[in-house]
Amino acid sequence: MGHHTNLLSYRRRLFQPSPAGDRKLISIYHSRPLFSVNSNLFCLIDESMWGIIRQNVGVTGGLSSQGLGNHMMRLRPVASAMRSYSSATKEMTVRDALNSALDEEMAADPNVFVMGEEVGEYQGAYKITKGLLDKYGPERVVDTPITEAGFAGIGVGAAYHGLRPVIEFMTFNFSMQAIDHVINSAAKSNYMSAGQINVPIVFRGPNGPAAGVGAQHSQCYGAWYGSVPGLKVLVPYSSEDARGLLKAAIRDPDPVVFLENELLYGESFPVSAEALDSSFCLPIGKAKIEREGKDITITAFSKMVGYALKAAEILEKDGINAEVINLRSIRPLDRATINASVRKTNRLVTVEEGFPQHGIGAEICASVVEDSFGYLDAPVERIAGADVPTPYAANLERMAFPQIEDIVRAAKRACYRSVPMSATA
Amino acid sequence: MFGSINHTSSVTNSLFSRQFLHPPLQDHAGIKPFFGGRRSHTATSFSNDVDQLPTEAPLQQELNFPGGKVKFMPKRIFTSGSNEERTNCYRVLNENGELIVDSDSLKISKELGVKMYKDMVTLQVMDTIFYEAQRQGRVSFYLTTIGEEAINIASAAALDNNDFVFPQYREPGVLLWRGFTLQEFANQLFGNKYDYGKGRQMPIHYGSKKHNYVTVSSTVATQIPQAVGAAYSMKMQKQDSCTITYFGDGGSSTGDFHAGLNFSAVMEVPVIFFCRNNGWAISTPISDQFRSDGIVVRGKAYGVPSIRVDGNDALAIYSAVYEARKMAIEKQTPVLIEALTYRAGHHSTSDDSTKYRPVDEIEWWRDDQNPVKWFKTWIENKGWWSDQAESEQRSSVRKQLSQAIQAAERVEKPPVADMFNDVYDVPPKNLNEQEVILRENIKKHAQEYPSNVAV
Repeated sequence: MGHHTNLLSYRRRLFQPSPAGDRKLISIYHSRPLFSVNSNLFCLIDESMWGIIRQNVGVTGGLSSQGLGNHMMRLRPVASAMRSYSSATKEMTVRDALNSALDEEMAADPNVFVMGEEVGEYQGAYKITKGLLDKYGPERVVDTPITEAGFAGIGVGAAYHGLRPVIEFMTFNFSMQAIDHVINSAAKSNYMSAGQINVPIVFRGPNGPAAGVGAQHSQCYGAWYGSVPGLKVLVPYSSEDARGLLKAAIRDPDPVVFLENELLYGESFPVSAEALDSSFCLPIGKAKIEREGKDITITAFSKMVGYALKAAEILEKDGINAEVINLRSIRPLDRATINASVRKTNRLVTVEEGFPQHGIGAEICASVVEDSFGYLDAPVERIAGADVPTPYAANLERMAFPQIEDIVRAAKRACYRSVPMSATA
Repeated sequence: MFGSINHTSSVTNSLFSRQFLHPPLQDHAGIKPFFGGRRSHTATSFSNDVDQLPTEAPLQQELNFPGGKVKFMPKRIFTSGSNEERTNCYRVLNENGELIVDSDSLKISKELGVKMYKDMVTLQVMDTIFYEAQRQGRVSFYLTTIGEEAINIASAAALDNNDFVFPQYREPGVLLWRGFTLQEFANQLFGNKYDYGKGRQMPIHYGSKKHNYVTVSSTVATQIPQAVGAAYSMKMQKQDSCTITYFGDGGSSTGDFHAGLNFSAVMEVPVIFFCRNNGWAISTPISDQFRSDGIVVRGKAYGVPSIRVDGNDALAIYSAVYEARKMAIEKQTPVLIEALTYRAGHHSTSDDSTKYRPVDEIEWWRDDQNPVKWFKTWIENKGWWSDQAESEQRSSVRKQLSQAIQAAERVEKPPVADMFNDVYDVPPKNLNEQEVILRENIKKHAQEYPSNVAV
């Protein structure tokens, strides 16, 4: 085991039954989870369990249900992972997911084109549009001068006339230069023209904080755009989200604001064969329950979904079974899923990186109070970024944004475990 | 980064290609100077032997910079920021209604000329009567085009119906030319159920998909980059048409104007920028708006061919727009037209311009520089019009207008359903729920809701 040099070989050892049956492989679960959805499941495997699985699960991956009850049910995904690895489970970074989605939509519809700063020759400021210029030419991958107001307006005009632009903002902080066009020229046009002008445009780019980029590059715009009627606002987390939601956004006849996250671009997630198909599409306005639970609901979007899942793992050890909802869509907000979950768990923690006042959590809380007040057993807890312009210094930045421990503490407060209000470390 | 947007070879374009990154072909004695004109020698060629000295290379007289060769000059000469000599103004009809000698005005047929004049009169009468309707409290707001009738009608006459129009708000004449009826105008003003805008917008925010006239949007100059984008779409779809966008002297100060013109030249799209320089942006005179020689000189700054035209001369406008359209489509280039004119009316019904400008100035422009009067003289001299035709036209339009207003006033307002649709392509669930709740409420408390709105 000491000879393994990378995670891939760990995985190979984990899934291929070896004659020696090395049970020390169990320690694998301490490293970065292989599956974002089911990562918590690996914690549940102990050495004896692994041995049982090895005996019962053959190469074909069948599962026996002999006397293992609940544990076996939870471990089933492990077996299916073994099964799918035998046909090579595909992992994809969010960056590649976005790139492939753009590529496929551009191939399918000649009216789709990409426009923004550095999207062409530079292959994209974050390489999301890599390879597209070579494939589709400069008419469909347009490098622009530095004027967000300009190219947003031009994109809207092109959409008025029937093209389907995908406008990239280098970060949504720069979209403030163009926000009049996003809202007054795009979002409201269909209504103001009484259906005569529709604007099938997508505005996409990284949103929220990255790492050490300071106040003017770290703001989250989910709440601002989420309040505008006429816009749809999407917030992918995993690669599957990225692919399915971007494709849905490009195909949608309404203007869509597509908020990505710079730090997620490089993260890998498994993608199903269905998600890799070029016709794959996720419905807009539907949240995803990433982890089912019964004690407390945690809503999150974008990078915070990963943090919420990790918090849920920690809470599990303290006997709190958390349900994590990946919003996927800020507008329309999937109030039905959130409320159904709260009616089940009776407690709610909302998580976001944006500023606390007038944030997404405030809207979710209001929604739950309106629809499911009687079901709440505790006040709703909002976790948000600190009410300050983002500081640059790494230690200060860390304190300005929610960390996993903050989510854990909030969940415990909602469960009436006595926990101090603020971080002590 | 000097990547080229369009790979088709044209003289200007190749100069912007990435060849810039490669040094010039000639090199002087082994070293390739890029900037500057100093001679240089390589160490290897340096020698004490006089016969071995390298031959003098000719000094650089100019710089091979992207966009074209740039000559050097050894004296400090600043180009002046002020206007020593202003750009000439294209005019073919004088104030006596006579064609100026040597003018290259395009010939127009009697049919076209008469239609142009009739529409100018209709526009004038429409403005007067709708303005009065606002003063009588029947319409909440109105904005006249007085003094700019030639701009409206003549520019529209030179276009094709497939050309997309991106107006500011002082161009209802373009819509009128294309066939929008007086009743349709009145319906929008009253926001009744026949309004194509479903009562959602303030008066004068006309829009008509079938006439290729993009709905008026209150935000100033946002239509400029939009027009460029639509022109880009036409170019991509290889259509034989262009877009035209109108804006005022005030609109030319916005960031959108800069971005739109700059982009249009880089993208090489068929768009006509029509600036109505009418001297005033509400109460801001052009001397407070900019210090350049109007807007026409800015075209050069962006690489956009431009012309200044007399905005009260319908024939000049017609000829200029006709040629601009031809240029835009055949050469796939933007064109800038600045029309000098005067906003003879107030900015809108919310404005009283006598408060900030002299009454005699208004009167001079409105009466002596009247574009409708000049054109009338011209077509009368051609024998295409008469006083009788004039009074018939004016009274006919007045009658139609008063009928249209009375009819529009009586029509019901748009139904409640029109409050909730068109927000998105497909109405979302939350709005459907709200509509149901509202209807129930209206049923329960009918006396609290207006009676002229259908449920």
